Amino acid sequence: MSNIITIDKLCLWYGSQQALKNVSIDIPEKSITALIGPSGCGKSTFLKTLNRMNDLIPGVRITGSVKYGETDIFDVATDVSELRRQIGMVFQKPNPFPMSIYDNVAYGPRTHGTKGKAKLDDIVERSLRDAAIWDEVKDRLKKNALGLSGGQQQRLCIARALAVAPAVLLMDEPTSALDPISTSKIEELALQLKDKYTIVIVTHNMQQAVRISDNTAFFLLGELVEYGATEKLFSQPVDKRTEDYITGRFG
Amino acid sequence: MKDKKKAFERAVHGVFLILGLTSVCCVLLITVYLIISGIPAIHEIGLIEFLFGTTWASTAAEPAYGILPFILTSVYGTAGAIVIGVPIGFMAAVYLAKVAPPKVKTVMESAVSLLAGIPSVVYGLVGMLVLVPGIRKMFHVPDGASLLAAIIVLAVMILPSIIKVSVTALEAVPKEYEDASLALGATPVETCFRVSVPAAKSGIAAAVVLGVGRAIGEAMAVMMVSGNAANMPSLFQSVRFLTTAVASEMSYAAGLQREALFSIALVLFLFIMLINATLNFFLKRSKEG
Amino acid sequence: MLNGKLSRKRRGYIALMRTLMYACAALICALVLFLIAFVLVKGVPNISWELLSTSPSYLKERIGILPDILNTVYIVIATLFIVLPLGVGAAIYLTEYAKNKRFVAFIESAAETLSGIPSIIYGLVGMLFFCQFLGMQTSLLAGAMTLVIMNLPTIIRTTQESLKTVPQSYREGAFGLGAGKWRVIRTVALPGCVDGIITGCILSVGRILGESAALLFTAGFAHALNGIFEGLTSAGATLTVALYVYAKEQGEFGAAFAIAAILLGLTFLINLAAALTQRYFRRKKAL
Repeated sequence: MSNIITIDKLCLWYGSQQALKNVSIDIPEKSITALIGPSGCGKSTFLKTLNRMNDLIPGVRITGSVKYGETDIFDVATDVSELRRQIGMVFQKPNPFPMSIYDNVAYGPRTHGTKGKAKLDDIVERSLRDAAIWDEVKDRLKKNALGLSGGQQQRLCIARALAVAPAVLLMDEPTSALDPISTSKIEELALQLKDKYTIVIVTHNMQQAVRISDNTAFFLLGELVEYGATEKLFSQPVDKRTEDYITGRFG
Repeated sequence: MKDKKKAFERAVHGVFLILGLTSVCCVLLITVYLIISGIPAIHEIGLIEFLFGTTWASTAAEPAYGILPFILTSVYGTAGAIVIGVPIGFMAAVYLAKVAPPKVKTVMESAVSLLAGIPSVVYGLVGMLVLVPGIRKMFHVPDGASLLAAIIVLAVMILPSIIKVSVTALEAVPKEYEDASLALGATPVETCFRVSVPAAKSGIAAAVVLGVGRAIGEAMAVMMVSGNAANMPSLFQSVRFLTTAVASEMSYAAGLQREALFSIALVLFLFIMLINATLNFFLKRSKEG
Repeated sequence: MLNGKLSRKRRGYIALMRTLMYACAALICALVLFLIAFVLVKGVPNISWELLSTSPSYLKERIGILPDILNTVYIVIATLFIVLPLGVGAAIYLTEYAKNKRFVAFIESAAETLSGIPSIIYGLVGMLFFCQFLGMQTSLLAGAMTLVIMNLPTIIRTTQESLKTVPQSYREGAFGLGAGKWRVIRTVALPGCVDGIITGCILSVGRILGESAALLFTAGFAHALNGIFEGLTSAGATLTVALYVYAKEQGEFGAAFAIAAILLGLTFLINLAAALTQRYFRRKKAL
């Protein structure tokens, strides 16, 4: 399996505070990579760097390289809009637009130039099916998305992200605001999606990482402490800090 | 001793209750007075003749009291002010809320506040000496005092309220919507107009309602630039609004003419109440939907 | 693919919207600058000590605006004197006493209705009710009473807002110590809403200074020089009404612009005062 994103010596500062220290990691494609670690360890910051959402924060400074395929994403010539189309994101708190379900899913394709009702209808249906929510909403596509439950809203957000046909899906603690049933539905969904998409998921729930991920990276205080196959990292961690975190001695 | 205290507290409560009811009393007072003074003339002139008559000749030998010219002028004038003022104010508000660097924003917002506080007679004065001769020269009309001059003055006067309310509405849009849009590959400008603005639309609609209210009720500034002839409205002609119709003849009117002016005020009052009620109804419906 | 640019259509849309935004913002700035410059350039040269300190005299063919200045001051004082107790009292009732939420909403919608009524209608009703029915004749007092009704919503609103920021726990503490309701209001709630009252005052003064349509038929256009009590019971023009008459009916644009420049300066001072007091009270409350 080839690596779809390669990160080399990535450092990030918020003003004078360093949030990421020399992170180097390779993300293999069509797999699920989990990022774990205590609060404030930098895992969300790292995730947001991959689709350059950190650009929006004033005072941010980044050194090191992040390569998506052959392209350095921080290169001046990189089209950020296209980058974010190929690397999609699902947020911690479901954030559907205050529009109809249809318009939510169609927003991405419309932005990138897709026109024509037939085409959009097709994309919307396909995305909602891929996100395992089509049957629940097919009769109310024109209704406001905010009327859905929390779990449904999050699956809608996943459908919305899938609608632009990304290669990578970044998920920032997508189930932390949801009830256990919705959580397991989304975990199931992630396992289905990894056939077609590369998924990088930040989670504070170690059981979730064990359940669904192929590889796990453990972050602590901005550093990448350990990275490896999930089974191995959790059963025979190499670094003592990893062992302490997994066994619950802190975090 | 306890009874005395209780009686005192009850008295105080009563005083405040009365004070609390003052605004209700005032509304009642105004409504009652307008109706009492406005009805007689309408009764004498005839409702249809009054509202739809196209000639107003209150001082002629055979007086005519049709106020359709005033109603239409007020409608066109307000519509014109909204058509010009809302887009400009809205785009400026988007700039202020989303694009402007903080220092520029502070300065511009105080400039807008200043604009909001300038008395209407000052607007009228500048309009008299800049707009009216300007229109006369640019469009080669005999007298620049016209509906167009009034529309421009009204548009400028409603800009501050439109800007202020729209900025507040835009700043209240949750950042999560913008993050979601950007993460899908939309640029900041696209996000602004395709997500933030629609999310703020009820606030922006409220701004427009405010603008309509101000424009239709303005008297002094409009009186100084619109000429005051009781014509059917036409862009370059001297016109009279519902507000200026009341103001311009009141000082010397008597008898039926005077009562007719009260009736005009009543029509204006009902008109505004109707517009506010309709617009607020639609606002509430769009909020629920 | 990643090294390409946005489609031409998208780039065009973005460029168009940005241009419109900058253009409209620039237009507004230009408008404000032009207004201020025009009024100051035409008005300041006409402001002289003579203008500010004398009354108009036909004999000496001179315009003086001292009576108008005094009339404006009198009417501001009279209006505030009456509207403050009324408005603060109403706000206290709405936040401290009223229990029925629908009743409160009813009163609040009445206040909102009042703030939507155009000033010319206030002038008309003021003339009918205060000048004729109550026999006040054309006088500054009638004008002040009209302005009271116009500014009531503002005072009620600002006082209410700051009353709501007084934490309920303060009141409960006072009740717990055995104080009666009036005492609690007087010692806990009222002092806490002083900032709202002051803000309301400043806003009202701004509105009163700018008001003209409501005063045309209630306070009239006289330019007699009076002391406060005589002034309140006689007709008098305020600065805005004087401006209107000088400009529209007498063609005395010099005097009109001088008054306009003075009013502009006063508006600026009022805005400044409002901003400073808000900052002061915000800092105080943050402590």
